[in-house]
Amino acid sequence: MSTFAAITISGLALGAVYFLVASGLSLIYGLMGVLNFAHGAFLTVGAFAGWALAVHLSAAGGGAGWVLTAIAAACAGAAVAALTELLLIRPLYGRPVGQILVTIGLDLALVGLLLGAFGSSSRAIPVPAWLSGVTAVGAERIPNGDFVALGTGLATLAALTWFLRQTRYGLIIRAGAENRDMVRALGIDVGRAFTLVFTIGGAAAGLAGLLNAVVFNSALTDPGQGDELLIFAFIVVVIGGLGSIAGSAAAALLVGLVQVYVGFYAGTGASLAQLSNISVVLLLVVVLLVRPRGLLGRAA
Amino acid sequence: MKRLSLKRAYAAGIVLILAMLPLIGLHIPWILPGPVDVVDSAGTLVVLGLGFVFAGVALGFDVLFGFAGLLSFGQVLYFATGVYVLDVALSDWHWALFPAILFTLAIAAVVSVVLGVVSLRVSGIAFAMVTLAFAQAAYYLIEDNPHNLTGGDTGLVAITTRLPPQLIGVASTRNLYWLALGFLVVVYLLVWLSTESVTGRVWLALRESERRAEVLGYRPFGYKLAAFTLSSMIAAGAGMVYLLLVGTATPSAVAATTVTVSILVMVVLGGLGTRWGAVAGAMVYIYLQQWLLKIAAEPSFGSLPSILRVPLSQPDFLLGVIFILFILFAPNGIAGLRASRGTR
Repeated sequence: MSTFAAITISGLALGAVYFLVASGLSLIYGLMGVLNFAHGAFLTVGAFAGWALAVHLSAAGGGAGWVLTAIAAACAGAAVAALTELLLIRPLYGRPVGQILVTIGLDLALVGLLLGAFGSSSRAIPVPAWLSGVTAVGAERIPNGDFVALGTGLATLAALTWFLRQTRYGLIIRAGAENRDMVRALGIDVGRAFTLVFTIGGAAAGLAGLLNAVVFNSALTDPGQGDELLIFAFIVVVIGGLGSIAGSAAAALLVGLVQVYVGFYAGTGASLAQLSNISVVLLLVVVLLVRPRGLLGRAA
Repeated sequence: MKRLSLKRAYAAGIVLILAMLPLIGLHIPWILPGPVDVVDSAGTLVVLGLGFVFAGVALGFDVLFGFAGLLSFGQVLYFATGVYVLDVALSDWHWALFPAILFTLAIAAVVSVVLGVVSLRVSGIAFAMVTLAFAQAAYYLIEDNPHNLTGGDTGLVAITTRLPPQLIGVASTRNLYWLALGFLVVVYLLVWLSTESVTGRVWLALRESERRAEVLGYRPFGYKLAAFTLSSMIAAGAGMVYLLLVGTATPSAVAATTVTVSILVMVVLGGLGTRWGAVAGAMVYIYLQQWLLKIAAEPSFGSLPSILRVPLSQPDFLLGVIFILFILFAPNGIAGLRASRGTR
């Protein structure tokens, strides 16, 4: 197995984490027209919840509670997201700019609160040995975390696709994204669907926050970590086309791959350590200028 | 007409009082934002100067978002251009201050026209994202510290070369304060003239409905580019004053997207599309941010129970909460609070 393949796997894993964040953003935007800036805070809340449980579990002597940890992260993200929709977004129906602004304020407040409570020092998340280990594939050693991230991303994509295509609520969400007023006129409570997409998006974000901390940073750094990831998730959503889950998935992989390829092949010798980030940003600009609605987005 | 002249007299009076502050050695406990409780202390003057700088940026952003209706997420790029280009010209190329300022403005003009032409090809969320992307690219570039020009993550060291003696040293704080106040007055006049002009009327028309303005025979692109360039140049000017006032700069303070977010918060807090609202929003934001930090550093603060101490020690948390409350209950900002009482 070549180095190229190993890097490709790590790029796909990074893309999977981007997808977890971007899918929620895209669902929320598609149905409600809200660009959710508080998603970065959902990520961070999920990561901190996972960290708190992991520390508790490993102190209790257990190492197999990793699945519980992941569930805790997802639940924490989902809970914060649901509360956000009910308490802050709901009173602002009909004021789309107000909704975007309120998520900006919430992100500021939540990240500030976590910073006050936990500080910005790096904290290790205790993980079981199998997760921090590597698997030898041919001559290359692939971190197991990459496979976990990739698997989580694929499972989420499958679950979301099934949910949107096969369930009643999925149908309402797809119809609502198409024409909200018509769905409401048919006597269906769209408000409940709004809360639902926020909850789903928050759960995926919480999971992504934990995975990002464990797999790519091997520790939970400061509460601003989520906002850094959020910028890339925005880029993914816009490249993929706002509101399109498939577009988000494709764009997430594209961005993840571009980032690791440029980082590996151009970033090592050059003085530009940030070249990989810059290339992703420029990719967004090129895509938007050539195709303003993104790869798979519908025409405005 | 009478009301207008009264308003002008008020404005002139406020500027005059602000201009005299550095001459007042009054001791006021608690409310001053600087560490020393004296009005003309260096700490308080720098915070107020910082308020004037960001009031200028907020006014410029208000032209773009409040008047022309263009939500850019890259305003910090031009602020950073002002800071870093001026610094490179002064401390790396050892230029004199005046040519360095002209050079910085020229660079900002070129950059904003080029990026404006590119970004304005798209609109709405896409416009916000393209501008965010350009600003983010600049941020990464600054972090990378090419040719040791930007100082990377650790930031710029204080400039000492080629500045007129009035702007160097502790005694200069007063002069820098006046410089920042003068900058704000100039920006205010500039924004006032442009928003009251025919161009300003077209901006409002574009904000309400671009298609309607087009049908009336206006070509939106030129007007949008004018708003974009004006607000960018103002931000670059503010960046230069910031560099002179503060003396140093780090990417997280002058180039990160968090700065764009705070500019947005200031303008919305003050009231979108109102000139003095943007100024008030920025002054309140900077004052609260610095004053809350000062209060959190008080020894008696440490004895509070942690459930109060933790949130109160974070200006971002409190500003975020205040911002949310304004969005929910006073969507027209500080200016709207006044307007709703019947005056304008």
